[in-house]
Parts: sequence; C-alpha cells; structure tokens
Amino acid sequence: MIEFDQVGKRFGSIQALDQLSLQFGPGKIIGLFGPNGAGKSTAMKMIAGLNQPDSGHVLVDGQKPRHSRVKIAFLPEIDHLYGWWTLKQAADFMRSFYADWDDRKYTELLGFLNLREDMKISKISKGQRAKCKLILTVSRRAPYLLLDEPLSGIDILTREEIINTLIRDFREGEQSIIISTHEINDVESLVDEVFFIDQGRIVVSGSAEELRITQGLSLVEIMKEAFRHVQQ
Amino acid sequence: MSQLDYDTSKAIYKQIIEDFQKQLVRGELGPGDKIPSQREYALKVSVNPNTVQRAYQELERIGLAETIRGQGTFVKADTTLISEIRQAMADDILNRFFAEMNSLGYAKEQITEVLNRRLMEMKGATTND
Repeated sequence: MIEFDQVGKRFGSIQALDQLSLQFGPGKIIGLFGPNGAGKSTAMKMIAGLNQPDSGHVLVDGQKPRHSRVKIAFLPEIDHLYGWWTLKQAADFMRSFYADWDDRKYTELLGFLNLREDMKISKISKGQRAKCKLILTVSRRAPYLLLDEPLSGIDILTREEIINTLIRDFREGEQSIIISTHEINDVESLVDEVFFIDQGRIVVSGSAEELRITQGLSLVEIMKEAFRHVQQ
Repeated sequence: MSQLDYDTSKAIYKQIIEDFQKQLVRGELGPGDKIPSQREYALKVSVNPNTVQRAYQELERIGLAETIRGQGTFVKADTTLISEIRQAMADDILNRFFAEMNSLGYAKEQITEVLNRRLMEMKGATTND
C-alpha cells in the first residue's frame, strides 16, 4: 500500500501538491489523471523517492520511499537512457543493479515488443524508445510499477503494444501498477481505480467501473465534468 | 469470442457478460464449449484483468460458465437457460422501446398502430422478394 498523508510540495511560487491525501491499494491498475502541471509527476517522483514532501508524509508499505526503492520500478517521463547504450547494455545495467530482474520475462518481451538487443538508443524511433523504457521497467518483478506518461507522444499501434504488455504481465493480487497520463482515452479499459488531480489536489476518485455505473459517463467525460466544476 | 466493442460510459464487466450471452443466444457458443482463459480474454479485448475476472466470476455465479481446475473455463448453460436469457434480452429491448415511445408522447393505441403498419410493410417487402 502506498499512502500520501496531507502531502504538500512547493516549487517556487507553484504549489505542486496541496495537502494531498490518497491511498494506492495492492493488486490494482491505478490511473493518476489530470492536465499538464496538475502534480502527477511530482507525486510519482515522490513515491520513487526522487523528491521529498515539504509537509505531510508518503509511505510505501509503511516505509519512507527512500528505504523502499527495491520495491518500486519507475518509468520516468523523460528519456533517461544513455543514447550510446544498446538495449543490451541498458538491460545489463538493470540486471546488475536490481536483484528482482527477471531474465526470462525480458527475453519473452523482446519478442512480444519486436525489439532487438543490438538496437542503439539514439538511433531508434520514439515509439521504440518508449518500448525500451517499458521493457526495462516491467522486466523487474517489483511489487509496484510506476509509469509516468508512458504513452505520451507515441503512435497508436505502439500505445496498444504497451497496454497489452501491461495486461499480459500484470500479476493480479500481488502487484500494483500506477499510470499517470493526461490521455485518459487510451487507458479507459486498463485501469481499475482512478484519481483525477488538479492543482495538487484530488478532484474525483474511485473505482472506474463504479464511477461508470453511478455517473453513466466514460472516464474522459467524468474528468471533463470534474474540471468544469473546478474552474467555476 | 468476438472482439468486444465496448461503450466506455457503461461498466465494462457487464458488457463482457452481455457479449457472452449474445453469443449463447446466437448459437456461436454452446454448452460444453471451452472459452478463453481470463488472461487470454483480457489481452484479446485489451481490458484490465481484474475486470475480466469480475465478469467471469459473475458468469459462474449465474450458472453460465464453470471453471474446472487445470482444464479451463467452459460454457455450462443448458438450452432452457439459454432460452430464458433470450427472452430476458428481448424484454430489455421492448422495455427500452416502450420507454422511448412514451417519452415521445405515443399512447398505447398509437404504438399498436405504428407497429402494425411496420409489420404490414415488412410483410409486403417479403412478398415482393
């Protein structure tokens, strides 16, 4: 379980997170939705232990994030892989760094995602680079997968491949996947539970299916509704 | 199973059940047929595995499918149950039809009239074939 309790974070004049409280339960695929600048990436980095709250606290299975890094596989929004690396070199690095690296899964996924180990990061397309980032993240058997904007700016076929990879390898009951995105359309049927955030606060949250049943709207429509009310 | 073309403004697990029921009524699936594993189905329709699990559990609960350990999930429904489902689906369509017609201000007699006219037209069209 990941918990945010009254978390505040400010960057200069911008309040990135504002008394944010939420819980990400186990065994779910969770969507963290909101417009650009809503605080999604700040929250994701905080879970990964890459920035600290100004106030309140974040706990991963009861521990501070910097003590629970082994439990978290993080796919950052930025291109974090060295351009001169081949995919094999990047995988070797991950293998040496993380004890939960699963070589069999990695080999299977190479085929599933049509990737080759001799591909050089700086020479491949944006879609292929997104798939490289994905394979390096999901080949770890980590209990928490954090994917920050894994689909943004990528063609539709690659987006489908990424979503199907997540479905294929999701370990129900023992793993949580947290996906931040502003492109909700792509993940409508992928997520169990959703949190819509804006200006560092939760606007709407709940089970995706229950929200559809009670509101009779798609997640995209629910987000539009929610933000219309916020702006009024 | 066919590709699920779901409506994202409605619960997806319910649409999986409805799709399954439609296939039973059309005879595309019959008693004893093996259906895909939850994982296969989730991948085929690109839906959250927990959502598929909920749909499969519901199919088992209402007696339409059963999972045999180590063998997979199979259609369990007999012909009586299938005809009941067919009837229930037809009732749903009729309920929606009457609700819509009422909301347009059609009284019972007017509904009978338009239905009869439509049936006559259809009959005419068939004879012309």
